Amino acid sequence: MLAYIIRRVGQSVLVLLVVGLVAFAMFRFVGDPVDAMLGQERTQADIARLTAELGLDKPFPVQYWRFLEQAVQGNFGLSYRQGRPVSEILVERLPATLELAFVSGLMALAGGIALGIFTAIWRRGISANVIMTVSLIGVSLPTFLIGILLIYLFSVELGWLPSFGRGEVTRIGWWTTGFLTESGVKALILPAITLGLYQMTLIMRLVRTEMLEVLRMDYIRFARARGIREKSINFRHALKNTLVPVITITGLQLGSIIAFAIITETVFQWPGVGLLFINAIQFVDIPVMAAYLMLISVMFVGINLIVDMLYFAIDPRLRIDRTGGGH
Amino acid sequence: MAETRIETPAAPRASRLRRTWESDFIWSFRHSPVAVVAFVVVLLMMLGALFAPVIAPHDPFNPATLNLMNGFTPPGQANDFTGEFFVLGTDDQGRDVFSTILFGMRISLFVGLSAVCLAMLIGVTVGLMAGYLGGWTETIIMRLADVQLTFPAILVAMLIFGIAKGITPPEHRDAMAIWVLILAIGLSDWVQFARVVRGATLVEKNKEYVQAARLIGRTPFSIMLRHILPNVLNPVLVIATISLALAIIAEATLSFLGVGAPPTKPSLGTLIRIGQEFMFSGEWWILFFPAATLLALALSINLLGDWLRDALNPRLR
Repeated sequence: MLAYIIRRVGQSVLVLLVVGLVAFAMFRFVGDPVDAMLGQERTQADIARLTAELGLDKPFPVQYWRFLEQAVQGNFGLSYRQGRPVSEILVERLPATLELAFVSGLMALAGGIALGIFTAIWRRGISANVIMTVSLIGVSLPTFLIGILLIYLFSVELGWLPSFGRGEVTRIGWWTTGFLTESGVKALILPAITLGLYQMTLIMRLVRTEMLEVLRMDYIRFARARGIREKSINFRHALKNTLVPVITITGLQLGSIIAFAIITETVFQWPGVGLLFINAIQFVDIPVMAAYLMLISVMFVGINLIVDMLYFAIDPRLRIDRTGGGH
Repeated sequence: MAETRIETPAAPRASRLRRTWESDFIWSFRHSPVAVVAFVVVLLMMLGALFAPVIAPHDPFNPATLNLMNGFTPPGQANDFTGEFFVLGTDDQGRDVFSTILFGMRISLFVGLSAVCLAMLIGVTVGLMAGYLGGWTETIIMRLADVQLTFPAILVAMLIFGIAKGITPPEHRDAMAIWVLILAIGLSDWVQFARVVRGATLVEKNKEYVQAARLIGRTPFSIMLRHILPNVLNPVLVIATISLALAIIAEATLSFLGVGAPPTKPSLGTLIRIGQEFMFSGEWWILFFPAATLLALALSINLLGDWLRDALNPRLR
């Protein structure tokens, strides 16, 4: 167990080091950082001073180490475009993305599990078949088209919900929240659906398949033979065993929700880190791109690690396999 | 059906065309209406894209032929001022929507196909190497694949696009955008191919024909290329089809986000991006037709891929 954890953590650190190297190489070699930071009016002395300040006259490994050191402390330099510290901009934008990801993740999980159970139990019913067909179309629709469709329906035609922005936000310390105002909640609905829909269909299909698999097992048949009520079989006996793989997949999907937030945020002009990243690409704002890359990889690797540990803790079969057979 | 099959051996050998027509593969295709419809849609779109300069009623990228008076002509109606007629209407600059879609499809399909070819080339090569050579080669390739799989493909593509954009000088960025897109999407998608090919190679390399080839002194390169590759191609084909749909959607997404094909050379995604601006003012056709085209294209390729997966799977026959 301990050896596995150590190896797994080691792998994660290695991934982060590789990503860090990519981020650093971007900063160092894509464009000239000294050139980008100084602007038009500069002297040779300025260039020399900044080069020394950034440590660009040192050997490559030293520079990389310095970059990592700074990154761990949350220092990613100044944004080329806004001239402010990147970390400051990120902290400002992060709450918007996290709130959006949280709400849509919750929606995907609740909706996906409920619909999955429904379509598994009444698998021959008409409504279950309709749901399955609709979900197939939902999977084929690109995220941005779902967003546009929702805007067209609920903002342009019906005029119920706003089509862009975050509404009024309340400031709590450094965190800004849209949960407390009416306009904030209203603005959240469409982006959350757009972002969560794909994950919801995914979870629904997974729950359905797992549930159908479990319902065929012997212990369910014996439970039926013992005369246990159908409701109790479905929810007490079957659902419990269905949820193990669902937890893993949901955990891993959390990462892609954060990544796909880029698309949703652009469609709805949601002021989060995803929109910041797209703007950074458009204007070749390398420090922001590098910082976003580091931030998102820490999240991804962290989530993957936690999910692996969780899986390991839940499923005892894994533990036996590991000790027996190497890899 | 069954009687005719039994009689054939006695009859003279059917022509090659006839034998192909009656093969299991084509038989399964002919008897799947979904596959036939999807195939026809994809074929029509590919032909439309290929012959866009011939078919398109207008040249949307030649400013000399554009008339601003034609702007915002609704579909199926003659323009109020010029009396000209446009099947699917025009956009704000008086460009014929039908023509821009044809040319947009050309770019979308070109980027999609090229990106999948690139991904396939890289993926199959490193997959074969990882599976056949093993050792350090395998460890490095598969670890790299794992790292990349940690991140969604679209994010990797965005990142590569951003880096490539930073490297190209500003005056060449629009001209290079298409190639950068192909590179970005291709490099973000090779992992699928590599994993599948590696898995299939691991199975194949222990079979007798490979051992025999090794025994008569064939080089590893020749064994990989001439002996193993033909036997691992089936799953590669299935993945390539599904990857094509994903690549077209990825291209559309990137272009829609403004980090893809430039407005001077619009793909379907760029057209949707342009059309979105007019959604609020009621010019729905500028947005609707490109979006519907993209959807039909992606859905058809997906359905075709689903059918191909079942048709090539020997266990389902």
